[in-house]
This record gives sequence, C-alpha cells and structure tokens, in this order.
Amino acid sequence: MTTTSTSPGRSFADAPGSGKTVALFAACANDVMFPQAPIATTRLLERLGCRVVFPKKQTCCGQPLVNTGYYDETVPIVRNFAKAFEGYDYVVAPSGSCVGAVRHQHQMLADHAKDPGLRRDVDAVVAATFDISEFLVDVLGVTDVGAYFPHVVTYHPTCHSLRVAHVGDKPMRLLQAVRGITIKDLPDADRCCGFGGTFALKNPDVSVAMAADKARNVASTGAEYLVAGDNLCLLNISGVLGRQQSGIRPIHLVEVLASTEEES
Amino acid sequence: MSKKLPVVTSRGGTVEPPRLTPAPPPGRLIDSPRFPAQAKVELGNPVQRKNLHHAMTTIRDKRARVAGELDNWEDLRLAGEAIKNRTLRHLDTYLVQLEENLTAAGTEVHWARDAEEANRIIVGLVEASLGETREVVKIKSMATQEIDMNEALEEAGIAAWETDLAELIVQLGHDRPSHILVPAIHRNRSEVREIFNAEMGTYGRPAPEGLDTEPKNLAGAARLHLREKFLRSKVAISGANFMVADTGTLVIVESEGNGRMCLTLADTLISVVGIEKIVPSVEDLEVFLQLLPRSSTGERMNPYTSMWTGPASGDGPQTMHVVLIDNGRTQVLSDPKGREALRCIRCSACINVCPVYEKVGGHAYGSVYPGPIGAVLTPQLRGVTSAVDASLPYASTLCGACFDVCPVRIPLPDLLVHMRHKVVEGKKAKGGVHTESAIMKATGRMFSHPRLWAAAVNAGALGGKALTGRVKHFGPLPWPLSKWTNARDVPIPPTESFRAWYARTHHEDGSLK
Repeated sequence: MTTTSTSPGRSFADAPGSGKTVALFAACANDVMFPQAPIATTRLLERLGCRVVFPKKQTCCGQPLVNTGYYDETVPIVRNFAKAFEGYDYVVAPSGSCVGAVRHQHQMLADHAKDPGLRRDVDAVVAATFDISEFLVDVLGVTDVGAYFPHVVTYHPTCHSLRVAHVGDKPMRLLQAVRGITIKDLPDADRCCGFGGTFALKNPDVSVAMAADKARNVASTGAEYLVAGDNLCLLNISGVLGRQQSGIRPIHLVEVLASTEEES
Repeated sequence: MSKKLPVVTSRGGTVEPPRLTPAPPPGRLIDSPRFPAQAKVELGNPVQRKNLHHAMTTIRDKRARVAGELDNWEDLRLAGEAIKNRTLRHLDTYLVQLEENLTAAGTEVHWARDAEEANRIIVGLVEASLGETREVVKIKSMATQEIDMNEALEEAGIAAWETDLAELIVQLGHDRPSHILVPAIHRNRSEVREIFNAEMGTYGRPAPEGLDTEPKNLAGAARLHLREKFLRSKVAISGANFMVADTGTLVIVESEGNGRMCLTLADTLISVVGIEKIVPSVEDLEVFLQLLPRSSTGERMNPYTSMWTGPASGDGPQTMHVVLIDNGRTQVLSDPKGREALRCIRCSACINVCPVYEKVGGHAYGSVYPGPIGAVLTPQLRGVTSAVDASLPYASTLCGACFDVCPVRIPLPDLLVHMRHKVVEGKKAKGGVHTESAIMKATGRMFSHPRLWAAAVNAGALGGKALTGRVKHFGPLPWPLSKWTNARDVPIPPTESFRAWYARTHHEDGSLK
C-alpha cells in the first residue's frame, strides 16, 4: 500500500499540550550521537503547547547492561533514573526501546535489589514514562501534529517499540497524517534488523546477515528516507545502506513529525 | 546382553565393528563450538540458507493464519499457561498420580535420573523383548534425541530405525536434526533424493530406480523402505506429547501415520517421556490439542492423534513401558523464573519466527533444542559451564517475536536475559579479570554518576569537533568496534550534544532563552 496524505495542516490555537510539563528523557545515545531526535521532540512538544524540561541528572535506562546479564551493575542506574525523573507527570523519550526497558525491566531490577523503597519509586516513574508516539496519541490526543514532509518514506517498526513498549500502530497513524508524505510499505517490516544491542558485537556475523536482509527490503521500496522510532536500529540499518552507497537516509520518526512547511 | 566389542585383526590391531545404522557426525553436542563460531560456518552454506528462508517463511505464514482465525486464541494461550503452571507447581503429586494410573492400566513405569540411567533401562527392556532381529522402530521423539538413545542402542548391538520421514532423512544422511518439528528442514528435495539413492540400499530396501524429486515419490520411497522394518520389528519406542495424570493415558500427535504403525504393529511399546509432559486431566487436552497443531505445523488439526491407556487385550502392543526421565528437569524446576521454560510443548513456533534461527539453522546451537527455547532450556538442563552453553543465551537479539507466538506464553526474551545473568554470575564466581565485566562495571559507574556521564557527553562533542571537516563517517575501527565497522559505517559524533543545545536555548525551567 502506498499512502499519500492530503490532510490540511492545522494550527494549534487549541494547543493540546497547554498546561502540561514534560520531562524529556533524551536517551544516552541520542544525547551524544543523535541530538536531532531530542531536539525535534522538544520543538514538536513546544509547538503543541507543552513546557519541556531536561532533568540534568539523567543518563541511561540501563538496557545495555541488563540485557548483557549485568543486573548488579544496572541497579544504581535504575536508582539514578528514578531520582532524575521523580515527581514528573510525564517522562517522554524518542525511543521505544529505552521506554520499553524502563517499563519492562526497572521493576524487575528493583526487586532483584530487594529494595521495596526503590520499587515504589520505580512504579511511579514507570507509570509516567511514554514513547513520544504514545504521548502524542494517547495523552495529547493528536495524530495530525501539523507536520509537512514532502518525501517518500518507508517505516521500520522497531522490535522493542512494537513488542516491549507496545506502541502499536500509533507511529504509523502519526506518519499518515503528515502532509506531503508518501509512505511505502516495507516488506517483512516486523522482522528484526539484527541490532540487538551487544548482540551486534557478540554475534557480528549473524547480525550483519540480518541487517543485510533489512537493508535489501528497505532499498526495494524506493524510499528516500527510512523512518524508525529508535536511532540505534537506524544506525544499524543505515550503516549497511551507507556502505552500499544506497542514498537512502535514516531519519527518526519525531524528526519527520517536527518538520513544518516553513522550514522546508 | 551382546555388547558390540572391537574386533581383533590378524595383525593384532583392533577395528571398530561395522555399524548397524548410519553413523551420525562424530563428537558430543555439548562439546560443540560457541554459537557465534558455528553460526559463522552455517552462514557460509547458501543452500541451507535458501532452504531455511523458504521453509520458515511458509510455516510462519501458516501459523499466523490459523492462529488468527480463532477468536479465543489469547484465551487458549492463557489457559495453556495456567494449566502448565499448576502442573509444574504440583508436579510431585501429579507424577505419583500418573504412576498409579499407568500401573493400574497395565503399563510398567520406570524412573530415570539422567540420560545414562534412561539408556540403561531402555536397553534392558529392549533386550528382553527382541524378536529374531536386533532392531526397534522409533516414533519421532525429542526425549530420545536428548538422551542420545539411538547411539546407546547401537552400542548394545541394536539398530534403532527412525520412521518419521524427516528423521529418516537425517538418519540416512549421517546428519543431526536441525529443528525439533521438521528435523530435515535444512535439506531440499534434491538433497533428499541423493541421500535416499546413496544410503537406503545399505540399510534395507533400496530407493526405487529413477526416483525423482517429487515429494509424493520421495515419501513413497520412504514408505517402501520403512514397511519391512515396521513388519519385522517386535519393539517400538516412542515419546509422548502429553501424559494424562488422572487416567494414565499417553498422547501422540503426528502427521504421517508412522507413529500409528509403531503403536499398533509392535508387541512391546516403550515410551520415553520427560517428567514435565503431564497434564492433570483429559479435559485439559481440549486446550492443548488446539494450541499444538496450530502453533507447530500451522494446521487446524493434525492428521493423527493417538491416545492409549495401557495394553488392550488382543489389539496392539501387549507389553507397555513408560520411562520417565528427569535429566536436569528438577534442576530447572528449582529456579522459580527459569522453570517457566518447562511449560514448553515442543511446538517450535518460537524457532520458526526467530530471525537468528532462520539465518543459521539448528546445528549452530550444539543442542537437540535450537532457537529461542533451546537457548533458554539447554543451558538450564546442562548448566552454563560448557563453551556452547554459556554462549546460547546470547544467541538472540531479544526481538520478542518468540514470546508473541508461544502457545504457553513462555517469556522467552526475559528468560534469555535471566540466563545471561546466570552466565555473568558464573563468570564472577570463577574470579579473574574479564574485559567485558570490566567494561560493564565502568559503564555502570558512569551511568549512575550523572557528572561522569555529562563529562563523557562533552568529550563526544569535542571528538566530533576535532573530526568535523576531516571525515564524514568512521571506516574500519579497531577491535572490538571492528565487529561493527567491518560491515557498517558509523557517523562521527555531532559537534554539539543535545544537553549542550538545550542549555544554549533553554532555561532550566523549560522557558526559552
């Protein structure tokens, strides 16, 4: 299916985010390697009327360590996360994978530490943590965020956004409401790209074989941009696409959503 | 008992006696190379990759279609999970009840702690029941694969013949199964024809002249080859998909009818079953006989379902034995998290959706159980001390596709992480210095001290500034990053981190500067 959106842009006089303060969880890799995604998250949420704060104590969700089996080393990271985001109504991140890790693993780690106090703090933070696509659709109640992106794209639903954070079809609904966009279906979209965190280093050959499949499917769509909600999956796929000089550019979902006609 | 002994030659040396059945590849599975090493070998087999991709895509689509057509599929999964949880929680009670009811129905029950004890019992039972020929026919069974029973029988001078078509292909091919449901999934039709032509004649009726690669004709050749073995063998060996505690009934689901032949033609039937295969009552089969075929072969119902409760006078095997094997299962049961893997009904849905399995096939896992379930079950049954077992929990990207299809809702990604934790704990207990542990410890420290992390972020931006204008992206980087850059570009860090951008454009309260 190819969909070309023609819905008119909307103004945000009604500002769905007005009165809401969002604590932005940038995610560690974004902070240092891909600042465009948290910058786009900030601009988009501000355009929708939110106040966006950046709690400076934030570091990482701990996923790289816990998923390699290092529980004891992750517990202080969980503690830091709970402290950094304590008391906020909304903690929003441009990463389904990091949100999935917070939601699915922080409570287990608090229990592993046998620390009921930490468990209570974690419960509160987990309940307030959202992927940007969930926050837009579920909390702000918008799918048309007034974006304009006159390009051909294909969307890769990342495994953790889909099967851990359970964002469902929200990213696609948001994309479909972008003006000027053309969305090409990605064959075998829900198959893993082979990144898997330390998997890519521990099993480099299998990882690359999987990434090559994903890159081939992406190239087959004829898209200019590969869109996803997690920059490290994009790094993996576009790393292969780049080596092939495919000319297909990776872009985070929220960067598409933050794009406007004025900027383009 | 006529054990096969080495033959002394005229020159005083010894030679191995001729084998009765095709020799599998040498060596023990537990001594297999680490997963990444064997995976690399398997990736280099383009025919296998094509075969796997084709077969996995087909079977995945079939499963999704038939699971999707039931409105209550999620309810069935929840019921399957609940029944198995209850069974495992009270396994001691159900096992005793099962033994009582099996015995009452005329089936003799034997208990085996491990593979060696199980094989000793089985060889003894077979010896006592053999007819004119020293051979048995087998129904496809994971339990007998797990204990390497065929080789124990071969040692004792007894030929064990696989009668499942795919198992026969594997056996005649001097091969090992690569999948728990379709063990010859790594083979295509042309390869099957070659194996049949080359090997059938050595072990019985040869393949027909001019055999082509039509599936129907290949199955026909196997049927003729097996028929004489079915008719000759006095002993059949099976596993069981389910054992019903309150009736002493065993259940086998199958597709080919070879199982039904074994279950009806032999005089003696020996069933080798893991102790976790119990369901409390016959009513529970309502759930599992829906979950299993839809999850495994992608069929609404499997062609043959055989249920038997002890011998029936004058009909079928008159002597029945059940050998209940532990072989590490009580060890798994002692871990409240890890025991969730014991719910497994061996459907293979997790294997069929696993993108890692699809790339490398089952031989990379060094276990009769490959894929996600193998990666969590094998290291629990065998421990994490061997090189391959310690590498198995890492043989997954944690993409989560396996949990979504598991009919008994085994949280496979969580269990993979749980087993990784056990591997790490094992490493720590052994002591010494490990590069990975040192890196993880330092990373943990950095991520739990915001100032250290902020400094690292700044350093990244400084690196970006130093590189800007010189390179667009990194080419080859030194080990271990070479594992990434050997096949992928890496962008250089940007000159301004997000936190620096935010501080430049925003006040701390979120208002714009």
